[in-house]
Amino acid sequence: MKTGYRLFSLFCWACALLPVVGVFGLVVFLLKQGWGGLGLELFFGDTPPLDAIFRFAPVWDGIWPACFGTLAVTGLAALTAIPLGLFCGIYLNEFPRGRLSGILDFCVNLLAGMPSIIMGLFGFALILFLRHTLVPDAGTGLLLSGFCMGLLVLPYMIKSTQSSLGGLPEDLRLMGTGLGFSKSQTIRHILLPSAGRGIMSGVVLSIGRAAEDTAVIMLTGAVANAGLPRGLFDNYEALPFFIYTVAAEYQSPEELQHGFGAALVLLTMTMGLFLAAHGLHHAMEKRWKRG
Amino acid sequence: MYRTADRRAGSLWLLACRSSAAVTGAAVLAILLFLLWFSLPLLDADTLSKLLSWDWRPFHGGFGILPMVAGSLLLSLSALLLAFPVSVGICCFAHGMGPSGPAACLLRLVKFMTSVPTVVYGFVGVFVLVPLLREAFRSGSGFCWLAAAVGLAVLILPTIVLMLHSQFMLIEPQVKLTATALGMSPAQRLLHLVMPNSGRGFAAALVLGFGRALGDTMIPLMLAGNAAQVPGSLLESLRAMTAHIALVVATDSQSLAYLSLFACGLILFLSTTLVNLGLQLLKRPEEDKG
Repeated sequence: MKTGYRLFSLFCWACALLPVVGVFGLVVFLLKQGWGGLGLELFFGDTPPLDAIFRFAPVWDGIWPACFGTLAVTGLAALTAIPLGLFCGIYLNEFPRGRLSGILDFCVNLLAGMPSIIMGLFGFALILFLRHTLVPDAGTGLLLSGFCMGLLVLPYMIKSTQSSLGGLPEDLRLMGTGLGFSKSQTIRHILLPSAGRGIMSGVVLSIGRAAEDTAVIMLTGAVANAGLPRGLFDNYEALPFFIYTVAAEYQSPEELQHGFGAALVLLTMTMGLFLAAHGLHHAMEKRWKRG
Repeated sequence: MYRTADRRAGSLWLLACRSSAAVTGAAVLAILLFLLWFSLPLLDADTLSKLLSWDWRPFHGGFGILPMVAGSLLLSLSALLLAFPVSVGICCFAHGMGPSGPAACLLRLVKFMTSVPTVVYGFVGVFVLVPLLREAFRSGSGFCWLAAAVGLAVLILPTIVLMLHSQFMLIEPQVKLTATALGMSPAQRLLHLVMPNSGRGFAAALVLGFGRALGDTMIPLMLAGNAAQVPGSLLESLRAMTAHIALVVATDSQSLAYLSLFACGLILFLSTTLVNLGLQLLKRPEEDKG
């Protein structure tokens, strides 16, 4: 029996080592391969950076168009998901109405577990549908991607709003009643500001998710070598999609180097957002647990 | 005067909440309806028999999606088989088998893993894992079932660990006093008290991990080789349903090929719904108890 316990202990230590080795291996590998290529040239190629950013000069040999596309999709997704998610989260936590909110809760869970490719397929079907009915020349593009991505991250936003509001102490609600506030006033002036950090952590988390997902944008308008999008209905490049295409069909060592650079940039971005979300969430918990 | 203004603001507030809730519900419904609508032509017996076959050769009239269904199942189950024992080990390390400092760091690291983009996992897989497998087994290109299974296992590991961790957190306080009073070692406590009492958590972690593995697109797409066949061994390539959807949209536009997309989409949607129902069932009785 004693050897059994010892073996179990050994097994646990071995398992604990695996993610450490894996994550450090991943980061070190990416740094080793991509570090040399990092620099302004990776982003802008031969184009002067300021021209590329402010005058929309075309960039031929850099990942700036892909970064721009990712920022644009993420922004549009945030515009869709943040207001919807915020109000829906408030509804679920503050106005529970028996069966109806039960169904809604189930819908949100369903949406949270939905594979992202389904969201992409939905966007694709939406375009097919529009083509057959109202808009014969509808095509995939930035706006569609942003909308579908917004749907993908919506449950994160709802859940974090709901749990932040739910985690507030009961006194705050009583305070609102004590001051003669109506329910909506209590929510607006007391509960939302108190839950602010928690809700912000949800916002940041959703943005991180929207920046990294590839499957949605693959079916809704991301293409290789599109340059900067000319409008909301134009196709665009995006970082995750760029990484995917490099892995599938790179032709020169420079291109591969750009792929590693893009992977490093994307990883740094999601890592930063994750740490920020984590910090905000922690701050929120600390503030309300003490009292 | 103020009162009416307040009331108006209040009702506006409620309206915003209600309409957002309605839009969210409608979106989920719309996704289901769209998938159903585009899969309607499937109900034709002839089409259905063509799609439900083992033969995918779009240029010779073969549009069977069964290889993809089998591929998805094999891949997710094998990834689960790889990730689950390791996750249990990690969780036990974090709950008493390891020193507390490193244990907390380990949990933080696992949480951090959730933030790594799947396309980055796929990318590193293509340039590390695939050459490694190609060298080690000296057969094929290295893009195979095994590569994708390892990649997916890494991807779903944090999901499983965090689920188990939250279950252990529930059980641990209940048994800690008893275990200490009986003079049990951490290994004894975990093996004889905590784990036998976490059946529900184990089941939920399995279901959740399976759902995650089934739904991921990038890792099967980048690592599995994508041949539409049932793999004969771990070193042969396969194609998952998610990868199939991504691949076919990108290439051709024949009508039966499109239909096969929506058939795959519908299967994925339904299995996600089942996974979700399963999770809810696993959660419910516990809440009643508490």
